[in-house]
Amino acid sequence: MKVSFPRMGNYDVPIRYFVRRVFDAEVVTPPAITKRTLELGSIHSPDFVCAPFKFNLGNHIEALENGADTLIQFGGICRLGYYGELHEQILRDLGYEFEFINLAGMRMKNPKSVWDMLKRYNEKLTIETLATTLPTAFTMVKQMDELEKHIRKNIGFEVNAGSYDLLYKAYLTEAEQVKSKKELKRAFSHYLKEIKAVKVNLPKDLLKVGLIGEYFTVIEPFANHFLEKELAAMKIYVTRNLNISTTVFHRDMPKLLKRVQHYVKYDIGATGIDTINAALSFARKNYDGLIHVKSFGCMPEIDAMSILQNISHDHEIPILYLTFDTQTAEAGIKTRLEAFHDMILMRSNTTRR
Amino acid sequence: MKIGIPKAFLYYRYRWLWETFFEELGCEVVLSPDTNKGIIKTGAKSSIDESCLSSKIYLGHVEWLIDKCDYILVPRVASYTRDQIVCSKLWSAYDVVQNVFRDRNVKILDYNIDYAKNKTEFMAFLQMGRKLKKRRFSILRAYFMAKQAEKMMHEQRIKQQNEILQTRDKLKILIVSHSYNINDPLIGRPILERLSALNAIPIIAEIVERATAVQLAREISPTLKWSYNQELLGAIALYKDRIDGIILLTAFPCGPDSLVNEVIIRKIKDKPIISLLVDEQEGQAGLETRIESFIDIINFKRGEVKTLGENFL
Repeated sequence: MKVSFPRMGNYDVPIRYFVRRVFDAEVVTPPAITKRTLELGSIHSPDFVCAPFKFNLGNHIEALENGADTLIQFGGICRLGYYGELHEQILRDLGYEFEFINLAGMRMKNPKSVWDMLKRYNEKLTIETLATTLPTAFTMVKQMDELEKHIRKNIGFEVNAGSYDLLYKAYLTEAEQVKSKKELKRAFSHYLKEIKAVKVNLPKDLLKVGLIGEYFTVIEPFANHFLEKELAAMKIYVTRNLNISTTVFHRDMPKLLKRVQHYVKYDIGATGIDTINAALSFARKNYDGLIHVKSFGCMPEIDAMSILQNISHDHEIPILYLTFDTQTAEAGIKTRLEAFHDMILMRSNTTRR
Repeated sequence: MKIGIPKAFLYYRYRWLWETFFEELGCEVVLSPDTNKGIIKTGAKSSIDESCLSSKIYLGHVEWLIDKCDYILVPRVASYTRDQIVCSKLWSAYDVVQNVFRDRNVKILDYNIDYAKNKTEFMAFLQMGRKLKKRRFSILRAYFMAKQAEKMMHEQRIKQQNEILQTRDKLKILIVSHSYNINDPLIGRPILERLSALNAIPIIAEIVERATAVQLAREISPTLKWSYNQELLGAIALYKDRIDGIILLTAFPCGPDSLVNEVIIRKIKDKPIISLLVDEQEGQAGLETRIESFIDIINFKRGEVKTLGENFL
């Protein structure tokens, strides 16, 4: 059995760690997303479906080309929950033969049904393997989110360019090899120390920008045209709260709704409330600007925009809205980013004087 | 007391329930007019560009009602059962309206239906009645009457459609489209008129016995969660043997339809299907031509089969 799954950011590392052990199978990670991935995904997708559908489909096709025979598709609380069924249909219509594990069809909150599913693919699976692998993979995700958060803020200011990337890659490689959670924790504290020791040259008047928006497009660098890299090159201190730790592991909707109650009464779907909450907290911390990122047609984020406009007005914080589709022009994004940078720079100069 | 009801989105699903409820409570119902170019224009102005046409139309209707009534009814509907959901546009309708028109001093009457979170329709209407300062007994009575009216109208529409489905000598075309699109004077009505002009009978997928339809939809598409799309998909299964072709009518860029229509096209193989997309700028000419050629093709195919039959006899 050769198992594959769609990519998003660096999360293929913990997923691979989990699948390899729990399915006791070879993993075929789809190649890093390229233009070809997106083209393959787009040709076979319905026209105005959201871009992550096309990216995931492209991943599946490239994985099948590389010999995968079992595909996993994740579910979710928006259109994502219906991706799998259509992915499978499209791939079957294209003539591929494969086993399809659609997590959307599973009751993930019911441990028995998850166990039965895993057992079906790996008869030899023991409770011990699952009970050690799952927490380790979860811890890995949390560690990655923490390290990435630190790096994102500082990478624009490193004295020796590339220091962070090098250390973070080394951490990922080591994390994937660990045999226990204990080993993983040891690796983490080692790299956290090293990463925190990287020499940075933080200027006094920092420009701070918060990234908010739709899950996939915010997290997968190819989908947002490597926005975080561009911002680092402009020497901007970047924060984003959106990651798996804050949404899948620690999410308290009643608490979130309470925090945003001045603007919103009900859950507006997917991570719309997270977007609004993040925008408010950045505004209160006097960030210089916000960048809202989403794929074309993302409904909860479109609705969030109506509310963000009021937040922007009340807190006097500029927001740049970027919509990414399969054909968004590179130059257009760059120009808008540069203009945004100049604008927040000018604003901060006048207010500071 | 005047209650304003925007003639868009859920109006077309709940009109009988709402109108009876408020009238029984002694409120006056103020309806916005049929969707027209002006309403689309003002709605689009208050909307984020990428919003679906149906939600732009909705905001247009809400804006029309401002200053013409005491309350504007803007419900939130999120789910009807634990394993179903409704399009997130209806989760957010209340908050979007509040935020878009917050400087216009709009008084909104809202209620929340979210069975996954134990928010039932009954409780929602009870609370709404209290907000209008009505007595508990009159609220219960009004709700009961409204439910009766809703049920009666629903059954009557299904009965009528079943009669129409018996017609033999004309082409019957199933239109698969959300209630707020097929019933909208600018989105659905021109299509219905065109079909009639071409001597074909439109069958409305939205008019269907809902529980049966959802059950059928689960068999065709087990992970489909959107209630309204389940009803439409189930209607296809239910009516398929009594119709000649299917039109999928969608307002651009509807999120659920973007996936479900593709699933329909790939899974329903034994009936001719076309997909029609309506957006803000669209002229009707393009759509009309496509409907005409669709009907021509079905007629042509039928003729072919007939001639073949005659030859063999």
